[in-house]
Amino acid sequence: MSRANLFAFLLLFLLLGLWEAGCRIFAVPLFILPPPSIIVSTAVLKAPLILPHAFTTGLEILCGIALALAVAIPLAMAMFSCSWLEKALSPFLVASQAIPVFALAPLLVVWLGYGIASKILMASIIIFFPITVSLLEGFKSCDREYRVLFHLMGAGFWQTMRLLYWPWALPHFFAGLRVGVTVATIGAVIGEWVGAQRGLGYLMIQANARLKVDLVFAVILWLSVMGLLLWFAVGWLEKRSIRHRGGQLAFNTV
Amino acid sequence: MLSVSGLTKVFDQHPVFSGFDLRVQQNRFAVLLGPSGCGKSSFFDLLTGVIEAEGGSISWLGREVEHLGTIAAYMHQKDLLLPWFTLAENSLLPAKTAGEERRQAAARVDKLFVRMGIDGYQDHYPHQVSGGMRQRCALVRTLMFDRDLILLDEPLSALDSITRKSLQSLLLLLQSEFKRTLVMISHDVDEALLLADDLYILSARPMQIVKKIRLHSPQPRRFDDPELLAMKSDILETLEGDLDHVPG
Repeated sequence: MSRANLFAFLLLFLLLGLWEAGCRIFAVPLFILPPPSIIVSTAVLKAPLILPHAFTTGLEILCGIALALAVAIPLAMAMFSCSWLEKALSPFLVASQAIPVFALAPLLVVWLGYGIASKILMASIIIFFPITVSLLEGFKSCDREYRVLFHLMGAGFWQTMRLLYWPWALPHFFAGLRVGVTVATIGAVIGEWVGAQRGLGYLMIQANARLKVDLVFAVILWLSVMGLLLWFAVGWLEKRSIRHRGGQLAFNTV
Repeated sequence: MLSVSGLTKVFDQHPVFSGFDLRVQQNRFAVLLGPSGCGKSSFFDLLTGVIEAEGGSISWLGREVEHLGTIAAYMHQKDLLLPWFTLAENSLLPAKTAGEERRQAAARVDKLFVRMGIDGYQDHYPHQVSGGMRQRCALVRTLMFDRDLILLDEPLSALDSITRKSLQSLLLLLQSEFKRTLVMISHDVDEALLLADDLYILSARPMQIVKKIRLHSPQPRRFDDPELLAMKSDILETLEGDLDHVPG
């Protein structure tokens, strides 16, 4: 284990230890702040209760990512291939970011109902922007000399896209996707807070109202683990698709 | 014959080309030698249609063409190998875009790998081999264009002097064995003297040919050839004389 890892683990255990000790010494009531040991045991023991909700939230996040990709990839390609389109659409993209997206959550629930559709849309609206922008930047970062080479080879747009631009932009794309998957979780949970019948956000609100703070923390723990899993999944995908490049990864995977 | 006449282009109100003419006979090795910033690279961009000229005409083998984009192959000082493809896959790109049958193209690539001295490295990735080997692979790719005219944009200037020497002889091979017509831009007088049949000394802004020299010394040439040495000092004088007129 490297020195940095060792230090990180020590720090983690020290903080958890302080928390645990503080709760016990000052006899903090469970409904204010439960100690980490209780949180972990609740997260494990209440798994049968939490799991179906986690499944719903996970489904919302994954569908949200898929929807965002389905829009972002063609849009980035179109904006890249056509400079007037880029100029025309850029202000809209920026403006869409100026809207506090979370404030849209109640509206989305009104329009799309309490089911998973409103949460999927919420998650995808949030992550659509970073993915589009990073992919577009990736395409545009392709060196001029390579474009000249493909021009001389007489390659058409799609051929150049497949052989040159797309693989070139992959590191940028994954950088955007990494940012995206972490905020997608937030989007889904906020959607559930506003109005839902299941999901981890719904479970949290219910537990909070009943002062079951240990369950609230247990759900947060589950959400964090799901976020981490997504993060690592993207890292794994990135490593798989960007191998052979001699250290040209966008991120150094943890 | 490659014939360029009356090429005209203005960048930011500077006439970089005003009526530039160039004629290169088939199967010759032409080297355009000029100070950096005289517009050599823009010249290739105009030839290949990457930027549009404001005036002038280009013809190849007696037929007037819009540009050389579909006629010439191109080799740059960067090897321009794609890091996600193996050396063989990189070399196959021109055949792929031209729709050539893959097996036949792969056989041609293999032969060229042998000829360029990188046989056995077909399945290596660019970052796994040296700069010299990458540039040899770029040479294979250039030949895989299967075009008679090759534009060389300072192809060896990023290499160390030892690697460079062996690649110079491979460049000569493009002419002697593969019968290509070569137009190279360079700012290296020694290299130009070693390789060129026809040497064009350029001046800057607008780019003009100040002097055309025909070299008759047979290949392989040596650096210390007295005839070349005499020419070198002559060329340097021309280049420096020209620089005196450049403001700043």
